Formats: sequence, C-alpha cells, structure tokens
Amino acid sequence: MSEWIEVVALEDIPVLGSRIVESDVGSNIALFRTTDDQVFAIRDECPHKQGPLSQGIMHGSSVTCPLHNWKIDLASGSALGADEGCTNVFPVKVEQGKVLLNLTAKG
Amino acid sequence: MLKQNLVLIGNGMAGVRTLEELLKLDADRYNITVFGEEPYGNYNRIMLSPVLASEKTVDEIMLNDLQWYEDNNITLHTDKKVTKIQRKEQVVTTDCGMSVPYDRLIIATGSTPFMLPIPGANKEGVIGFRDIKDVNTMMAATKKYEHAVVIGGGLLGLEAANGLMKQGMTVSVVHLGASLMDRQLDTPAATMLRKSLEERGMNFLMEHSSAEVLGGERVTGLRFNDDTEVKADLLVMAVGIKPSIALAQSAGLHCERGLIVDDTMQTYDPKIYAVGECAQHRGIAYGLVAPLWDQAKVCANHLAEMGIARYLGTVTSTKLKVTGIDLFSAGDFVGNDNSEEIVFQDVSAGVYKKVVLENNIIKGAVMYGDTADGGWFFQMIKDEMDVSEFRDTLIFGQAAGSSDTDPLERIAAMPDDAEICGCNGVSKCTIVNEIKAKGLTTLAEVQAHTKASASCGSCTGLVESVIAFATGAELAAPKAKPVCGCTDANHEEVRQGIVNMQLTTMKAVREQFNWTNPDGCASCRPALNYYLLCAFPLTYQDDPQSRFVNERVHGNIQKDGTYSVVPRMFGGLCTAQNLRDIADISDKFKVPEMKVTGGQRIDLFGIKKEELPAIWHDLSEAGFVSGHAYAKGLRTVKTCIGKRWCRVGTQDSTGLGVKLEELTWGSWMPHKFKIAVSGCPRNCAEATIKDFGIICVDSGYELHVAGNGGITVRVTDFLCKVETEEEVIEYCAAFTQFYREDAHYLERTAPWVERIGLERVKEALETAEQRETLAERFAISQKNAQIDPWKERAKGVEALEFAPIKVSALGELV
Repeated sequence: MSEWIEVVALEDIPVLGSRIVESDVGSNIALFRTTDDQVFAIRDECPHKQGPLSQGIMHGSSVTCPLHNWKIDLASGSALGADEGCTNVFPVKVEQGKVLLNLTAKG
Repeated sequence: MLKQNLVLIGNGMAGVRTLEELLKLDADRYNITVFGEEPYGNYNRIMLSPVLASEKTVDEIMLNDLQWYEDNNITLHTDKKVTKIQRKEQVVTTDCGMSVPYDRLIIATGSTPFMLPIPGANKEGVIGFRDIKDVNTMMAATKKYEHAVVIGGGLLGLEAANGLMKQGMTVSVVHLGASLMDRQLDTPAATMLRKSLEERGMNFLMEHSSAEVLGGERVTGLRFNDDTEVKADLLVMAVGIKPSIALAQSAGLHCERGLIVDDTMQTYDPKIYAVGECAQHRGIAYGLVAPLWDQAKVCANHLAEMGIARYLGTVTSTKLKVTGIDLFSAGDFVGNDNSEEIVFQDVSAGVYKKVVLENNIIKGAVMYGDTADGGWFFQMIKDEMDVSEFRDTLIFGQAAGSSDTDPLERIAAMPDDAEICGCNGVSKCTIVNEIKAKGLTTLAEVQAHTKASASCGSCTGLVESVIAFATGAELAAPKAKPVCGCTDANHEEVRQGIVNMQLTTMKAVREQFNWTNPDGCASCRPALNYYLLCAFPLTYQDDPQSRFVNERVHGNIQKDGTYSVVPRMFGGLCTAQNLRDIADISDKFKVPEMKVTGGQRIDLFGIKKEELPAIWHDLSEAGFVSGHAYAKGLRTVKTCIGKRWCRVGTQDSTGLGVKLEELTWGSWMPHKFKIAVSGCPRNCAEATIKDFGIICVDSGYELHVAGNGGITVRVTDFLCKVETEEEVIEYCAAFTQFYREDAHYLERTAPWVERIGLERVKEALETAEQRETLAERFAISQKNAQIDPWKERAKGVEALEFAPIKVSALGELV
C-alpha cells in the first residue's frame, strides 16, 4: 500500500530547522525545512555513530551532525565531503501547507 | 575467527601510524590495546617547535584525538608506563600493576633526550626538549625568568632556542663543534645560518665544552671546561637523542644502540615488532619522520599477515622549522675523494647551494636561502638519476633553461611520480588524481584526502601550487584564516563589517562578504549569530536554528540522546531547602544519576528532551535559573568559603563570588567562560586556571586573566591589583565585555590573550573611563541575556522544539 500520512503543518517546522517524527515502525524520522520551503524526511541517525541528525545545524539542503560534524545530503541521505556512508530517506511532499509523509515506500 | 590481541607500547607517531596502516589493510583482525606514558592522544611531535614559538597550538598538532581511538575500538591507556614484558607468557605489565596478554606486540617507545652526565644536571630548570610537558615547562619559565641556555647547536637545539627567543628570553646556544648543525650542513651554509640567527638576537658560544651546572636547588648558570661561566635560569639540553630500549633489554631482546629489527621490522622474538626511533635497522636508528612512515607501512603489512613488504632503509632530508630561514639538506653532502661538488654562492643575497656528485649521480645537497628546488634534488638523489645531460645548469634548479620561475611551470615540469610530501610519501600524480576524481579545491580538502602537507607542513606551498596547477586556479596570496569555507573574509573583517556597515542580519553579512553558500554552514552560522548578538544586544533577534544543539535546547546532549540539567547555584552557595527541592524534583522525574560538578553545581542526568520543560518548570518554581552548563558563555563562579569561616581567609570570597555571578550569569560569549574567587593565596578555588580569577589578599584583590584547565593547562596572567570589591566588579565587567567584542568565535580567553598580547588587554582597561564604558555596554547586553531561558520555555516558548510528532505504522497520527 502506498499511504501518504499528514504529519504536521509546514509552518510548525522552523525554517532551516527540524522536527522529529516518532513512529512505531522503527527509528525516528527527522523532517527538515529549507529556506525555500522544501521539506526532507530522513532517518534520524547519522551513518557514522547514529547521532541525532535532527539536532544538527542545517544549511542549503544538507545538515551537519551534532556529534562529529559529518555533513549529510538530505535528498539522498549520503555523507558529503571526505566521509562515506548513507542513511535512509523517505518520500515526503507539501500540499496546501500540510506535510505528507509516506512510510510504506522503501527509502 | 577469534580476534587476536595486539598490544602497542608507545602512543607516539610511529606506533600509531602503524595502527593506521594496519586498520587500512585489515580492521578486524586484532583487539588493539595502546599504552602511552603521556596523558594525551597522539600528537605530531615534530611540530613542538612551532608550538614553542607560538605559531601553532597544541590542539592544532593533535593527529588522533581520543575519539579516534574510540571510533576504531582501540583501548588506550594514557599516563601508564609498561614496566615488564614476559615473553614466555606473552603478557605486558604496567607500573600500576595492570597486565594485558598479547599475541603480537609492537614496541614503539621512541627515544629520550640525551642528558649530559655533568655535575648538577639534575637541578630544577634543566630539561630536554621532547614532549608537550617540556614545552609547557619552557613556556612557564619564559614568564618568570630571563636567561636561557641551550646546549647543542643541532636542529632541535636551534628550534628550541628560536622558540625561547620568540617568547622574550635572552638565549645563548652552546655548541661543542665549530659549526652549527654539523650533521646536516657544511661550513659555508652553517656560517650563513649563524649570521642570520645572530641578527635576530641569538648568542652563540661555539667550541665550548660544558663542565658543570651551577646553582642551588635551581640552575643559575653553566661552567665550561675553560672555567668561564654563563648565566642561566633555564638550561635546555639538546645534544642528541638515544633510543629508549631499557624495557626491551629487560625482556632479553637483542639490542645494540637501538632495538635490533630485520627488514620486516621484527625483533629477535618473532611475536614482537619494533618501529620508530627505538628501532635499529641495518645499523641505523633514525630520528626523522619519513623513515618512521616507511617502517609503519612495512610493519602493518606483516601484522596483517600479507607478508610482502620489506623495509630497506630511507634516504633522509632535513628542513629547519624556523620561520623566515630556508634551509635544506639531504644525503651525503660532504663527499669523498671520488666525488665532485658544484657550488653556487651569493653572500649578499643570502643564497648558497651545493650539490655533491659521483659519476654524474647526485649523492647529496645543501641549500640555504633558496630551497625551492629541495624536493627536486631529493627526488633525484633517491632515484639515483644520471644528470650528465643538464649538469651545466643543474645548480640553478629545475626551472633553469626556462627563463620563467613561475611555480606552476615548476609543477608542470615535474614527473608524475615526483614526491611532493616527504613525510607521507605523496606523489604529484596522487594529489592530481584525487583533486580530479573528487573535485577538491582547497588545501584542507587535499590534506584530508591525501595526507599531503598534513605532518610537518613544510611542503604546504608546493601542495598549494599543485592544487593551482590541477584546478587552473590563481595562486592566492596568503592571508589570515577565513571564518569558514563559505567565505574568504576573516573573523576581524566580519566583526568590523558588522559594526561599521551596520549589517544587522546574517543574510546581510553573507551577502556583503560574498558567501558561497546562501545559508552558510555549521561553522559560520553560530559565529555570525554570536557576532550579531554581541553587536546589537537589544535589537538582534537570536536565531535558535543557528545554535549548536546544546544552546538551542538549553541542556547538554549526552551520548544516548538524553540531556543533563544543571540548576544555577550562585557562587556555589546553597541552603538545605534548595537541596531538598532538587532532591524532591529528582525523585519526581526519576532522575537516574546525579553528580556534583567541578564547578560546584549539581548535575541531573538522563532527562528526556520532551521532559525538559516540565522539570524546568518545577526548578523555576523552587527559585532556580538555568546554570548555562551548556553555553558558550558564563558557566560558573567557583569560590572558597573565605573569611566568613576560614581561619586564613582574608576577604569574603563567597560573597564576592555571588555578586560576580549575579553580574555575569546568562551572558553569551565567544566560548565558555569560568570565574573563581579564592579567599587567600592558598587558592582553594583554583582561580589561576580560570578565564577571570581573583585571589584575595589582606590588602585587596589580585586579578588574574586568561587561564584554563583542559588538555593544555594555562596558568593565568596577572592583570592588576585593586583595593575594593567595587573595583573587582568593574574590572570583571570590563574584561568580559572586551573579550566578548574582540575575540574570535570559539576562541577561549587563553589563546585570545596569547594572540593579541596581555599588553593590549591592559591598554584597553587602563583608565577608569575605558572600564566604565565597557562595563556599561556589558550591562546593556545583560538586559536581555538575564531573562531565564528555562522559565520562558517552561511557560511555552519554543514549545515545538520539545514536542515530537507521533505516528503509527497504520498511518495515523497518535
């Protein structure tokens, strides 16, 4: 099944900031909002040491992990720069000011 | 497969590099345990000279921090000396009685400075130059004493002398021979070197043989064989090093001058390897870095049981790390009956070059003044290349023949396998390929990916040329370090720009200084946010998304994702009721662990993020405000009990501490900031390792600044003495504000004061008017800063930050 779930209003995610989605399907998911209101959904675990990416500082469409400064591309979940690693991303879209998340598709 | 135990004795450059090479080949073969006698991670020992000359900090020369050991599952025991190896049982034992079994053992105990066995050599103030501790001893001595004597005019001795001179001491170098650096230089080059060091103010006592160290408990002078004497408050012996082999000898391993190894770096016991300065290979115990790297590669290859590498010795080259003096030597530069010399000498331009040839093959070279072709000559020495075709222009260097000495042409002319970085064995093509494959553009990126110029740094200019060659970029003139990779502007330019051009938003700053990333990055966002907050304390809207998580959430994130909560206790004072309240609240929230901190506060651990506002609400009701234990800002004011109770206390240190904390709490700063007040010179509150420390004396208060604990302990500098509490408070506010307005973001007071000089601090606080103006600006900034962030959040500010969104698998919000 392909189910889009409405999770939060766009305006309730801070610009260049994040919100955490706790689900019972596994680990937490972090929602990030860019300056131009794009939203990304990514597993809230850095591929390096499972640091909470939601707590990092965001810039452009990437986030810097708060534990050891790995930079993660939010669109692909891949580490940027000299580091190598990848975490899951999830389909997400914004419709009429609401953020919709799809947990059924494989990230 | 069951993992085998690998033990490394010696946490230095050679041993740890062996582990790095091993991890690259096979990360899972061994459980690795490392023993180091020093209390640090692994640092770059060859860069101690620039640290002594204040050109680098200890942090900058760390190669592997403690995190690295953790990340690679290596057990590190610092501060522990291995005293026994039982080869039959395959166990090593330390001085504190710890025993660890091994399947394979690496001995990398390095070397120790050779101390001349003359009378008085054990006096206080007589040291070698080997580790961070020695550098700290020298740095401390430069503050108290005037006359330094360095015995030994070799590489190490001259670097030590140069550093001490830069720290303001009068320095004399004592040398047994007639010519400096006699193992690396011939007489003409040594004479030019000596002349230029003398011009900088260094004194030389050549052909002097030391006989006795003079003085009582501490050294006061040095007497020579001819009965002349020289004054000395600090005596550094840099006459050479000897391999540290006592442990190996006690274990019955075959040693001569060093611990004997074969071409696979194995000792006479096949389970035991040795690398680095303690090892002797084919009769040579090396004391330079490049051979260590070669040995590490070979040793790792055999530990990974690949069994194909052999170490065949290394041709070494030397550069003197004294800023402004260019000097290079390699191979056999003295020559013999069969060799010929080509010499170029221009005394007035300060240039001297000599190449030693045998049958048109370069055997050695010495260069002074112009060393740009050092790498080129060194490559030809190693390749044993026949130079007969261009022998007539050889001495003019690689660019000879082309009239242009453009560095890019020089790079273009190099063969692909030319070695750029000798320390790490990185060739031109390795760098060029990495640049092209990964799109690298900066020196930092090239260092991260290739390790070129990441050790001694003397090839940095060359690496920059290679980058320019490979990317086609212009060679930029060197300038102060930029704020981050997003911009070329440095911290000073940005801070001045904000104030002078009234740039009131981060966006305006980024546009003005041509930021390449529109949102900035994780390094510059917190810096700009702070600079704006400091410049416009009443109007700037703080941006929580530009703060590091701890400051945004007002608690310290712990490794399991929970937070710690530290309520403020002004001056460390508390009442029974305060403690009862904290106890009750801890019970209510089932706090799993509590601890009294080093700053005299109580730390509550294991609080979940969503519970933070509730616990803050209860603490707030009980009268507590945030302790800011997470902030780049005032942490704590530590006090002793002072004259209220103490029989030797001279002033009310506790009361003064409370007043200072009431003045400064809540303030944001470039970095964390700690204050302490001690009631007498016994200094129970440890005020002399704080950012601002007060020592009470009978006649008033001594003010000290710019100390810190941490990896490199720095004792405060004495600022001045005042008579009243009011003056203490005024100085404290003024100093704090000057630091807030002048320092770079993430620069603590210690490196800040070392960078700008104590004199500038004194000048800024000299008159009462200056201090009042600064204190007034501080008071204005505190208006908004002293609104308790916990109380606000308990009332609902930033509520979304603490509220997770919950979703069930069935796709419903819960």
